Amino acid sequence: MYKYSEFDHAFIAERNRQFRTQVAHRLNGTLTEDEFKPLRLMNGVYLQLHAYMLRVAIPYGTLNSTQMNALADIAERWDKGYGHFTTRQNIQFNWPKLSDIPDILDHLATVEMHALQTSGNTIRNVTTDHFAGAAKDELFDPRPYAELIRQWSTDHPEFQFMPRKFKIAVTASPEDRAVTKAHDIGLRGLIRDGQIGFQVIVGGGLGRTPMVGKILKEFIPINELLPYLEATVSVWNLLGRRDNKYKARIKITVHEHGIDDIRARVEDRFNLIKLGYGPMDLEYVETLKAHFSEPDYDISEAHFELPKTGPMAAWIDTNTHAHKQDAYVSVSISLKKHGDTPGDASARQMRIIAELAKHFAHDEIRISHEQNVILPHVPKRHLAQIYEVLRSVNLNTANTGLISDIIACPGMDYCALATARSIPIAQQIAQHFDALKLEHDIGPMKIKISGCINACGHHHVGHIGILGLDRAGVENYQITLGGDGGPNMTLGDRMGPGFSAQEVIPAIERIVFAYLDVRQASDETFLDCYRRVGSDPFKTALYHASETQAAE
Amino acid sequence: MPQNTSSSPNYAYVITANHLITGEVVYVAQDQTWTPWIQHALTYADDTQMQAALTLAQSQTETVVGVYSAKVQITDTGIETTHFREAFRVTGPSNYAHGKQQESLFNV
Repeated sequence: MYKYSEFDHAFIAERNRQFRTQVAHRLNGTLTEDEFKPLRLMNGVYLQLHAYMLRVAIPYGTLNSTQMNALADIAERWDKGYGHFTTRQNIQFNWPKLSDIPDILDHLATVEMHALQTSGNTIRNVTTDHFAGAAKDELFDPRPYAELIRQWSTDHPEFQFMPRKFKIAVTASPEDRAVTKAHDIGLRGLIRDGQIGFQVIVGGGLGRTPMVGKILKEFIPINELLPYLEATVSVWNLLGRRDNKYKARIKITVHEHGIDDIRARVEDRFNLIKLGYGPMDLEYVETLKAHFSEPDYDISEAHFELPKTGPMAAWIDTNTHAHKQDAYVSVSISLKKHGDTPGDASARQMRIIAELAKHFAHDEIRISHEQNVILPHVPKRHLAQIYEVLRSVNLNTANTGLISDIIACPGMDYCALATARSIPIAQQIAQHFDALKLEHDIGPMKIKISGCINACGHHHVGHIGILGLDRAGVENYQITLGGDGGPNMTLGDRMGPGFSAQEVIPAIERIVFAYLDVRQASDETFLDCYRRVGSDPFKTALYHASETQAAE
Repeated sequence: MPQNTSSSPNYAYVITANHLITGEVVYVAQDQTWTPWIQHALTYADDTQMQAALTLAQSQTETVVGVYSAKVQITDTGIETTHFREAFRVTGPSNYAHGKQQESLFNV
């Protein structure tokens, strides 16, 4: 993984020193809250419902054991003993004191981490495929290019006060596990005539106005990537609506101007600035690639046998992913134990994961946007040991990609913007279907829950999406079906009137039972079934179940 | 400032904010300080008095942040919130017991 340069260390130290002074000035009254708020947001510090929240960047979701242990330190020393992994592959601490945050940032700096640009109208943490560098199906490891973008975008002087936040995702797998079409810019890796480059997608996003990203450029070679990105962000920085924050994201700019107009403007700008970049320093890219070199794989013959039945076999079946080395797999450690808070990990669990990574998995850890932890490089012969260790700390839930592997935003349990709770709905759904023992029979299913229209829980691209709203002082949940964050991203269809918190679990059950009833075979997934039969059977199940039963 | 202590259901306001250093939810207390417990909060049935108290509280920028008034109901059992958002601010998160609900003074 990327190792800080002297410049990086000095830069972070200076920024931390500045923030320590800014906090002191706020506490002694020299800075007002209005003056201080943008400064704390630049350092990832929010004021939420019950406390401050610190969002720490995990660049493209990559960690090592030392960094994971440092996150555990923070959870134990300055928070309530846990952290919350997010849909942008970051971690949030929900209870730090403002006066402690400078010390937390200094502690992060010792392990080459920070919280810069995890908030504010800047380019946010670049995300990528959580199996990057390990996946059997990827064209190349996208992380060196994600790191290149991180370095370019961090403290970029032109992009610190933009119309709104800006999110970039990078993938190099045809499976697109980074949901690139839901980002301001999505980059999809391609190789043309032996040259690495990216298809550039622009104007995707979720939130109150969900849009599927459009192709801006079919192929940009790597040596022109940064000037092309800079041209794109620059065009939007000038055109983007600063008069209305709800119309400020680039998806609205693309929608209002049209993709052809935006493309022409970007090309003009690109042609203007690319000469200033000079020839892309491909040598530097090679240097970056060296930071992400493949581990020294242990592919020696080993005698081991994986179980064919039982809990461990079920876990291996659901929680491992094909690795480019046949003797290896990538392991998904589920943070979705039935009834627990999706994405939460205790300090003890973090330390156990760190130990497993260090001793069995080449010291690499990833955070997925689906709020799980990944050990990307695991020799198959260690699976049994890893499973047993995970079992000892309740991290062995065999549910990756199943109905209880739910993305849920913090919702009104923590978030100051939320209009309803998300987490308790996720907890209840997981417990409900666990009790019914139907989870594995239902098969692949992505439920995503947002506690407000900002859609941090990605409900628009959930196979079942749930949006929590405040309807006259009562929590109300709208349901969408058929969303998909994959390569052919699809927005879910809204079914109809919402349901109360008490009604929503039975409503989800009716959807699932309708699916089990109409699917052609057990291997027809919910999504495939929905695409085949449409919404009618599900609307009937949701809104006319009692009439149907009466008729029978 | 008068406290509304009517035994019949009755609406009033409390002044609430987050503590500057800890971020904790706090309320203007009956002794005019800030308290983390809503049951110790001063209630305002009179809109003019509430506005005056709100203005005063908003001036305490070195102690609190994000000051506003929240509607409550005065019942025989004490002060009850009228919106679920305020209810969670009183107790802490509902996913499991942590935050204020773990503190000994909860429901005082």
